[in-house]
Amino acid sequence: MKRLLDRLPGFIFLLIALSALSALALIIVFIFYEGIPIIAKVGLGQFTLGMSWAPGKGEFGILPMIIGTVSVTLGAAVLGVPVAILTSIFLTEFAPAAVSRIVRPAIQLLAGIPSVVYGFWGLTFIVPYIRLWIGGPGLSVLAGSVILAIMILPTVISITEVSLLALPRTYKEGSLAIGATQWQTVWSVQLPAAKSGIMAAVILGIGRAVGETMAVIMVLGNAVALPESLLDPARTLTTNIGIEMGYASGDHQQALFATGIVLLVIVMSLNSIAQATLKRSQR
Amino acid sequence: MNPLFSDRMRNRNLLRLAGMILVSLGLLLVSGCSQAQKAHQIIIAGSTSVQPFAEILAEEYMKMHPDISIDIQGGGSSSGIKAALSGTAAIGMSSRDLKGDELSLWSAEIARDGLAIIVHPDNTVNELTSAQVQDIYIKAVDNWAQLGGQDGNIHLFTREEGSGTRDAFVSLAMDNADVTPKAMVQDSNGAVRQLVGDDPGAIGYISLGLVNEQVKPVVLDGVAASHANIINGSYKLSRPFLFVSNGDPVGIAKDFIDFVLSEEGRQILTREGLVTRDAEVQS
Repeated sequence: MKRLLDRLPGFIFLLIALSALSALALIIVFIFYEGIPIIAKVGLGQFTLGMSWAPGKGEFGILPMIIGTVSVTLGAAVLGVPVAILTSIFLTEFAPAAVSRIVRPAIQLLAGIPSVVYGFWGLTFIVPYIRLWIGGPGLSVLAGSVILAIMILPTVISITEVSLLALPRTYKEGSLAIGATQWQTVWSVQLPAAKSGIMAAVILGIGRAVGETMAVIMVLGNAVALPESLLDPARTLTTNIGIEMGYASGDHQQALFATGIVLLVIVMSLNSIAQATLKRSQR
Repeated sequence: MNPLFSDRMRNRNLLRLAGMILVSLGLLLVSGCSQAQKAHQIIIAGSTSVQPFAEILAEEYMKMHPDISIDIQGGGSSSGIKAALSGTAAIGMSSRDLKGDELSLWSAEIARDGLAIIVHPDNTVNELTSAQVQDIYIKAVDNWAQLGGQDGNIHLFTREEGSGTRDAFVSLAMDNADVTPKAMVQDSNGAVRQLVGDDPGAIGYISLGLVNEQVKPVVLDGVAASHANIINGSYKLSRPFLFVSNGDPVGIAKDFIDFVLSEEGRQILTREGLVTRDAEVQS
């Protein structure tokens, strides 16, 4: 009896843990259940490589949105990653304690701002300036990239910092001892040594950018055509679901779930690559 | 041994916690099921353009008749008419005129919806022809100078696939020609109005009732977008909102339709941006 009583709490907690897992399973099963029929109907090639999205006419090609997602995400990485890596170097190597005590929580605060606030800020601040100073309608790949670049900063900075701090002290001490300057040490010893950790940070940041929806819907313009320049509006996979789910039914609704499948596959592959590189860096 | 940390004690605390979780889960379940089945329920289905207005009307009606529940579903005009024919729905909602067999249904026009084509208030173009609007939306024309305005690219805004406002625009203004995929897509009247009001090069379309001083409605084919011109039928971009039923409505359906057609119902619809007149009832 006592034995049973001992094991009961463990059992209950196991059940609760399993319920979290089963939520994941439920979501995945549901998305596939809803999305696979339309992929089977249209054909995987036609769905992922089709150029025309016109659900009213039965055309379900999401290549423009895949390219939209890739270009906005790359733009965010190009703008955000250098800033993020230099910031983490500054925080781990150069910043006086008093400064990093302020900067570090401030960056984490960026992660706490709701994405709708980013979107609204982008819409009222970044979009008009792009329209006035650079041209085009303002709602554009560029506007989306700028917003996402800011949104991925906390992720990339904190993981880069962790991998820099995880390096053995001897690397740094050895390098300084043979007469390298602090910058040479960072550039030629510490950064290469932390390479895979930093790669993982970048990939996780990209994963965050690929999945972001609300902020991007507001500043991207959501046109279904392929963007031809940074100043053209575009649509990502997430915003395709977000903007059209309201009135979608039948095939159209299934096609949105199918868009979700593509998105899920992309995000899961990115995460597994990041996990694998992180593991390699820990060995 | 400190009794506070005895195994027994810890287990008891764990058990208590687990019990609390179980009880709260149970409460959730119970509250989910206990939504009492209402005695009187009718289903209204059809046009997604009429749906939001029907929901507002139903809400007001249910406030006065708490024992009645009105379930409003989308699906589109055609499926709403079918549902009314087959009796699946007590009332069908349509945002187009009835045709063919459908004319045998009982119908009442609850209001008319007007679309306004809007530009920035500073735009010097005040008037467009239907042909010009079509050229703009298939991107045959892409500079305001070609339409007698100041030099500058035209920034096109449209609504998302599946939106009733988009359907109305495509059938009434575009003669069913496709809107260019390069047009920027927003998912509400409000968003289109906001963005057109911010961008001197923009053009978009919204429900007439939602036009305000942020934007300028253009005169179409020499006819101003106004309440009077919709009632007298001279303004092109207008469509009926119909309630249909198989035979004369009876019971709750009749009572609800009477409410919608009453002075109070018309005031609600006018307040929400629709155009109403003394309803025509035909059988």
